[in-house]
Amino acid sequence: MTKDMQDESEIFRGTTTGSTRLRDARSVRGTPKAGMPAFVLGEELADLADSDPRIVVATADLASANRTNDFRDRHPVRFVNFSIAEKNMITAAAGMASTGLVPYVATFASFAAILGAEAIRTDCAYPRMKVRVIGSHSGMSMGFYGSSHHALEDLGMLRCMADLTVVCATDANHLRAILRASVDHPEAMYIRLGRGRDPEVYPSVPQITFGKAARLREGSDLTIITCGSQVRASLDAAELLAGEGISVRVVDMFTISEMDRDEIKAAAEETGAILTVEEHNITGGLGSAVTEVLIDLPRCKFRKHGVPDKYVEVGPPAALYAHYRLNADGVAEVAREFLSV
Amino acid sequence: MTPERNNVSLSVLEEKAKFIRTETVRLSRIAGAGHYSSTFSCAELLATLYYDQMRLEPGQPDWPERDRFVMSKGHAAIGLYPVLADLGFFDPSELDTYTRLGSNYGDHPDMKKVKGIDFSSGSLGHGLSIGVGLALAARMTQRDYRTYVMLGDGELSEGQIWEAANSAGHFGLQNLVAIVDRNGLSIDGHTEDIMTVEPMEDRFGAFGWNVQRIDGHDINAVREAFARLPSGRDGRPQVIIADTVKGRGVAHMEMSLDWHVGNLVGEDYDAVMVELEAGLKPYEPESMA
Repeated sequence: MTKDMQDESEIFRGTTTGSTRLRDARSVRGTPKAGMPAFVLGEELADLADSDPRIVVATADLASANRTNDFRDRHPVRFVNFSIAEKNMITAAAGMASTGLVPYVATFASFAAILGAEAIRTDCAYPRMKVRVIGSHSGMSMGFYGSSHHALEDLGMLRCMADLTVVCATDANHLRAILRASVDHPEAMYIRLGRGRDPEVYPSVPQITFGKAARLREGSDLTIITCGSQVRASLDAAELLAGEGISVRVVDMFTISEMDRDEIKAAAEETGAILTVEEHNITGGLGSAVTEVLIDLPRCKFRKHGVPDKYVEVGPPAALYAHYRLNADGVAEVAREFLSV
Repeated sequence: MTPERNNVSLSVLEEKAKFIRTETVRLSRIAGAGHYSSTFSCAELLATLYYDQMRLEPGQPDWPERDRFVMSKGHAAIGLYPVLADLGFFDPSELDTYTRLGSNYGDHPDMKKVKGIDFSSGSLGHGLSIGVGLALAARMTQRDYRTYVMLGDGELSEGQIWEAANSAGHFGLQNLVAIVDRNGLSIDGHTEDIMTVEPMEDRFGAFGWNVQRIDGHDINAVREAFARLPSGRDGRPQVIIADTVKGRGVAHMEMSLDWHVGNLVGEDYDAVMVELEAGLKPYEPESMA
């Protein structure tokens, strides 16, 4: 492992408010906002709340880590910190939503989705409450904090719930687009975020429609269907493969439920080969959802790529992404293997 | 226009409690099974809440200023549906479909299907958190409705209840009123044998709640407890621990583990209806079947 890989992997340092003053800059534990491009969460919600009194925000003792403190500072009356009590937070948000408010409740994905799954189903989705549960630091982006803090099962657990829209934010601008589109969305939502330093994919805020995938790169030999952190990795892999004469289409399938069946059909018919790439357990997530569509279509070469059905090794995130071949080089390698079979 | 809280006579409320019990028996026969005893224990509480205490507008079920009621012990919905129908939220004849395929009325209440149900329930331990959300929303939107949450005593073993209790105390949600139907039994036995829930006053008190403890079958006591609730949104959340008898009103069901879910048919059905129509007799624990 390179030194770069370790450095790049430092994560979850965003636990100070920014007012900490230390003599040695190297001692600062907080990460400047500019260093966390995708964490525009609190800022964007605060902007939306300026003109929409229905928007309220809650977190579970992670206001600094997920930057909902930016919302708190601007709209303190409409902000609630439930402390480390995620089930109470999600269910109480459902109670608030029943009065017409639109609550956004945010914590780490491992707690929002996995711990909170029953509250999401029973109190948000089933009664069709407009609660937006936001899970940040999803996948294995918490790195060496370990499996208790990873969410590699959340998409699988939540995509089988009726009346719940499940989406993955790709980068900061994409998150802004999702939040803007979410305000009047009629269903409960689960919004999955990365660790907050996700590299840019969308240079400006894109126009999005839930359930409609974004085709980010054209290609004719293979389609990579991906989401979240793996969109950048897949685009970079496609670039590597282009240099070898392999033409790869890349689709950001950011809505996991309901999925864009037409885009999958087009990929099968027009490129004849589909590789799904996801930062999620290989069972039950994006790849599995795509197979459920493919089963009704004529035969097409297909492979799923994700995290094996095991709890992952200890390591910094970048090292883990390399180990599990979920970086550009890894995805390119998997694609080559797949196409050579 | 703000409908005022009512001032209904004791005899009317006694009749309404009887109505809740007889309707529970009638609807259970349609379903072939029903939660008799958990509903009987809260009949006086429900009657007093809905006919005497709550601010409601049945012709306008979504009225934003209405008081909210969350039946956290959702299995007692069978006693709530007839009340909502009687108050005019929907046509009472709809209840003849109770639990039949496609009915709006299941064993646990669905707010999307039943007018007057303020929140869906059934999974125990959630209702108090819903109440916290409703009370917080009242504060954020400057509304003065009150939120009542009916809790079972068995569900106090759910951890989320105490997450909610703690947050209500911390946030000072005085507009939140929990009512514990302390009927003494959960499905597998006496609560204190299965899992300790006492001392309940101390537990809620430690979380910052104002606690009252009353006889939940004494309508006057229930009314007085409601009358003592402070107005205003900010202060201490309020809990009324109502000591009740599971199965109250039918001698062979009182404190019996056999009637959490049951089915009365034929002569048994007729006999129970006659017993209920006669009204409550003094409770005699030694007469337990």
